Amino acid sequence: MIPAAFEYARPTSVDEALQAVAEGGEDVKIMAGGQSLIPVMRLRLAAPSTVVDLGRVAEMRGVRDDGDALVIGAMTTHAEVITDPLVAQHAKLIAEATETVADRQTRRRGTFGGALAHADPAGDLPAVALALDAEMVVAGPNGRRTVPASEFFVDYLTTTLDEGEILVEIRVPKLAGDWGVRYEKFNRVAQAWSIVAVAAAVRRENGHIAEARIGLTNMGPTPLRASATEAALNGAAASPDAVAAAARSAAEGTSPSSDLNAQADYREHLAQVLTRRAVTAAAGL
Amino acid sequence: MTQVSMRVDGVSYTDEVEPRTLLVHHLREALGKVGTVVGCDTSNCGACTVHLDGQAVKSCTVFAVQADGAEVTTIEGIGSQGDLHPVQKAFHEMHGLQCGFCTPGMIMASIDLLKENPNPSETEVREGIEGNLCRCTGYQNIVRAVQQAAGEMSGSSDTLGAQA
Repeated sequence: MIPAAFEYARPTSVDEALQAVAEGGEDVKIMAGGQSLIPVMRLRLAAPSTVVDLGRVAEMRGVRDDGDALVIGAMTTHAEVITDPLVAQHAKLIAEATETVADRQTRRRGTFGGALAHADPAGDLPAVALALDAEMVVAGPNGRRTVPASEFFVDYLTTTLDEGEILVEIRVPKLAGDWGVRYEKFNRVAQAWSIVAVAAAVRRENGHIAEARIGLTNMGPTPLRASATEAALNGAAASPDAVAAAARSAAEGTSPSSDLNAQADYREHLAQVLTRRAVTAAAGL
Repeated sequence: MTQVSMRVDGVSYTDEVEPRTLLVHHLREALGKVGTVVGCDTSNCGACTVHLDGQAVKSCTVFAVQADGAEVTTIEGIGSQGDLHPVQKAFHEMHGLQCGFCTPGMIMASIDLLKENPNPSETEVREGIEGNLCRCTGYQNIVRAVQQAAGEMSGSSDTLGAQA
């Protein structure tokens, strides 16, 4: 299978990239690692007239410490994220979830920012970004703006990125205090997409759960927070029973789809089970 | 057309390609590197795995223009008749193949895994090559081959010989 012909641009800076995107017109596609884009182009589900390849934009790659936040360049590959010492220290949940993305070869090319901008509801990283209250730094023709993860994901494969805009980096607030994290993913075979997955970060204090943040993968057209469970856990005893009780409301307010992999009610069941497991592990129980 | 230069298996090539040309097609059709095969054409099977600047990638999911300036290693560049790479040798000795179609990709992915983890457990081998599908062997002998190669490459082949 061969993609339809396109014009190719390979900028080396964010400014050049913005210019290339502007010149590409309406039918331009921005390529990060290409691990989602090239497959759909090969199937001709996408046939952009111009592809702007961000692969040589060095300023968009790498992880840096910015005081109370970690800043991850959008073009940092999954493999780089997994082995990054700053990520391991301050945002372990991201590394843990990224290890489950696709396979070794795909993680060599695929990028953190590309996975977020693609906004696949079955993708693992959007729910993690949401659970960690990450912020997306977006560059456009009129300068930069910062969008909280809670506003970034709008619909199936759709974000607040406007035409002409590029996601350049992601700010991840460091977790302060005694946090535990866990990403629980349920899929059918190796390298398959999540049927449902749950990202949990839990802060314990004096035998209680002081705060819980829970992101849900594939429980609707966008990643979601399990708000009812979070509320039930805040201040709850750090005990298996309390976690199990709170996890029963994990699917509240979600709208999972029914497809070849699972019916909606099965996904609701999975969300409860995986939330219980993820929170239990994150709380060290 | 766009000009691309890359070193493939130690030889430099400069060619004009259409931007839509996939790396695997460029390798096979322009450079004659037919040891790298196209399996599924949907990024699943890993048969087309090559090393791009030392890292295993699926060459059906990379455009040739993205490899401009890069060092590419294919299955044809890791050993020769009579002087096989330890992973090639182990696949041969442990019968890590039947029809052989997945083998080039299996070997390239395994070399990448062993570079990162020179002594993987059985589970780590299975997870490390999860991006490569084999429809013949049931993976048993492939896993054994990777572990034997690991032993040989880290110089502890005696231990593995004793296990076998």
